[in-house]
Amino acid sequence: MNDDDFRDALDTFLTEARELVQDFEEGLLELESAPDGPEAVRALFRAMHTLKGSAGLFGLNHLVSFTHVLESVLDELREGRLQVSAGLVSALLPCADHITALVDGVAEGRQESTAAEQEVSARLLAGLAPFQAGAVSPPHPAPAPPSGPRTWLLSIQFGPDCLRNGMDPLSFVRYLARMGTVTRLVTRTDALPRADEADPEVCYLGFDLEFTSDASKADIESVFEFVRDDSTIRILPSDEAAELIAALEEEDRLGDLLRRGGVVTDRELAAALAKQHAGESAGRPLGEILVEEQIVQRPVVEAALSKQRKTAEGRVQDTQTIRVFASRLDKLIDLVGELVIAQSGVALVDGHSEEQAHVLRLVEEVRHTALSLRMVPIGTTLRRFERVVRDVCVELGKDVDLVITGGDAEMDKALVERIGDPLTHLVRNALDHGIETRAERERLGKPPRGRLALNASHDAGSIVIEISDDGRGLDRERILAKAVERGLVARGDTLSDQEVFALIFEPGFSTAETVSNLSGRGVGMDVVRGAVTALRGSIDVQTTPGAGTVMQIRLPLTLAIIDGFLVCAGDTHFIVPLDRVVECVELPAGASGRQFMDLREQALPFVRLREVFGLGGQPPRRQSVVVIEHAGQRAGLVVDQLLGQSQTVIKPLGKLFQDVRCVGGSTILGNGSIALILDIDALVSQYIARDRRAQNRSNLLSSMADMSSAERLAPAGTSAGAGR
Amino acid sequence: MTGPVPARLEIEGELTIISAAEHHERLLRFLTGGPDLEIGLSGVIELDTAGLQVLLMARHEARRRDLRLRLTEHSPAVRDVLALAWLTPDLEAAA
Repeated sequence: MNDDDFRDALDTFLTEARELVQDFEEGLLELESAPDGPEAVRALFRAMHTLKGSAGLFGLNHLVSFTHVLESVLDELREGRLQVSAGLVSALLPCADHITALVDGVAEGRQESTAAEQEVSARLLAGLAPFQAGAVSPPHPAPAPPSGPRTWLLSIQFGPDCLRNGMDPLSFVRYLARMGTVTRLVTRTDALPRADEADPEVCYLGFDLEFTSDASKADIESVFEFVRDDSTIRILPSDEAAELIAALEEEDRLGDLLRRGGVVTDRELAAALAKQHAGESAGRPLGEILVEEQIVQRPVVEAALSKQRKTAEGRVQDTQTIRVFASRLDKLIDLVGELVIAQSGVALVDGHSEEQAHVLRLVEEVRHTALSLRMVPIGTTLRRFERVVRDVCVELGKDVDLVITGGDAEMDKALVERIGDPLTHLVRNALDHGIETRAERERLGKPPRGRLALNASHDAGSIVIEISDDGRGLDRERILAKAVERGLVARGDTLSDQEVFALIFEPGFSTAETVSNLSGRGVGMDVVRGAVTALRGSIDVQTTPGAGTVMQIRLPLTLAIIDGFLVCAGDTHFIVPLDRVVECVELPAGASGRQFMDLREQALPFVRLREVFGLGGQPPRRQSVVVIEHAGQRAGLVVDQLLGQSQTVIKPLGKLFQDVRCVGGSTILGNGSIALILDIDALVSQYIARDRRAQNRSNLLSSMADMSSAERLAPAGTSAGAGR
Repeated sequence: MTGPVPARLEIEGELTIISAAEHHERLLRFLTGGPDLEIGLSGVIELDTAGLQVLLMARHEARRRDLRLRLTEHSPAVRDVLALAWLTPDLEAAA
């Protein structure tokens, strides 16, 4: 392996390790809620086992020794010698975090743990000590194989596709021969079909071998780490196998299979299949092993069957996943973007033919498919909060049920990754400030257990994530008092409820009287809003005093393409994100020199794009206003011309322009010219709301005051700006 | 040597997953070539499970059709794999 290969392999390992830790964590939480799931325990064990095995391949001994202990505890659990308890789950959960930390360390190039990490390891493992077999074992037990060589019986049947996938079963046998002595081996040829019916690229061979080695079972298993999924690997110590065989029913030939490395006949196979179809009665562990053993033979036989069956297999494979480099995906999406741009060029030409229409339709489909490649269900992200809720509840001594719905709603992977932190903030806030303590709830006659619901759903081209709690709701008076104290609002101002509640998103605003460990440090909600708007989303709060609060985050499905509204000012084209456009009106005559206009009896502040971007030349006689919405506030953009709707592929601005404000990106139009995508939020906060900023929070309503002064200059008919 | 000279096929180069389909085809055609057959393996420089499987299938097919098929002049690569798989030079189980 050269350095690049190693780096690639390590990257894959890191990705997988993180996924495994996540599975592990989810599995633990699941286990706690439904402790009698043998499958859950097995999955946990597998996750740690696989992680240990792969870490071993990279010589990451600190990870190996840590996961080894977890694995052995889970083994106790799996074997039923240990029961699931809250204490055990609490001891195991921080281990998942620690593994993540270790894996991150590896990603940064550390092959060994730091002194601090060693300390954490030791502490965590000490916490696990009571759960380990023979609780006297030291916190760092070495993987101790039973002394002296042992004889194992191995039955190896690789998946039918292993050869095509570049796996050579014989090379595994060769490797085993280096770990110990192969004292007997039988190449199993019974699954070989007739030569003229065979597919020479399908693996039909199996190997049964007797193997003497000092290696532990786990070491032997780790040889097959990468092929275990679609292969059947049985490893039994020969003495156990003898017992197993002795206990067998007559018609079950597993014993023979293992002992002689013998042949499974069609009759047995048919019997096993019939058994399987009849539905195996549970509770016979030995019988289960047998049936399992025989069922797993099925793929081999299947592979030998007709082409028709192969097609069926192909369909099954369709549902499998494949890992793709994100950069390739981005390249593809970029190209599709170009295609969409070219398409809009074609669409501009009038009267295109039927063929062109067909091409357009296909391009549209390609675009959808390409974008769906980036889509992942949001469920994984939402399920992370089970852990957050659990930890926070333990810390605060509250009882809260988390209800997650809509986890299969899909959104862009990049978005999913970036929404995680803001959501965590909101969830913590809801738990800390929203939901009352048990005692308080009982006093109020509420159910003693609080309820926190996370819901995701699609709504008109965006995804809506709701975090709702049944807590005390926002306290209007307290927020207002705090805002006055902080100088965000002038005393005596009248604000609508919505305006008051929106204050919690202001920088430096926190009403928590005690600063807890979790939230209430005054950072948070403004950061949350910042993160959400950076994703072209919006956040909204609805609350009912005493009954709860709903935070609603609305995000676009993808960051790659938006529906835009094309306008121009001077010679420059601009794109306004279509979902922000409310309507378009004509700029009233006589509005020159003013920053406000009258729109259906209400004052509408506006900004002239020509001024914002310093475009020269004479504005045309008639100009238009695009009415946009920003955080519940309407504003106008004065442009020269409206050019209509256009699907827009966002191209990021180059490094050179990264400090340019009010422009979020660029795109290339069908005719080859460049259009700038307007960053509405920046534009509004910089120009429309600038008065408010200038007066340094002294008066939230300063802009309203401006409006009323503008009103005095404006022709009759404008009314107070209460509708803002 | 008495009797008719057996028809002979030389396998050369790699007998692996890469060429398995091709060799399989060739062997199937070769098996139609008469009752007495011989496969020369001196030129096989690499053999893997797929290759071994192709040889085993030829062996089984010959038996099914009552043909006499001999594998001859095993190259070191072939001998190595047969030893690993516990098979005799005639591809019978050695154990």
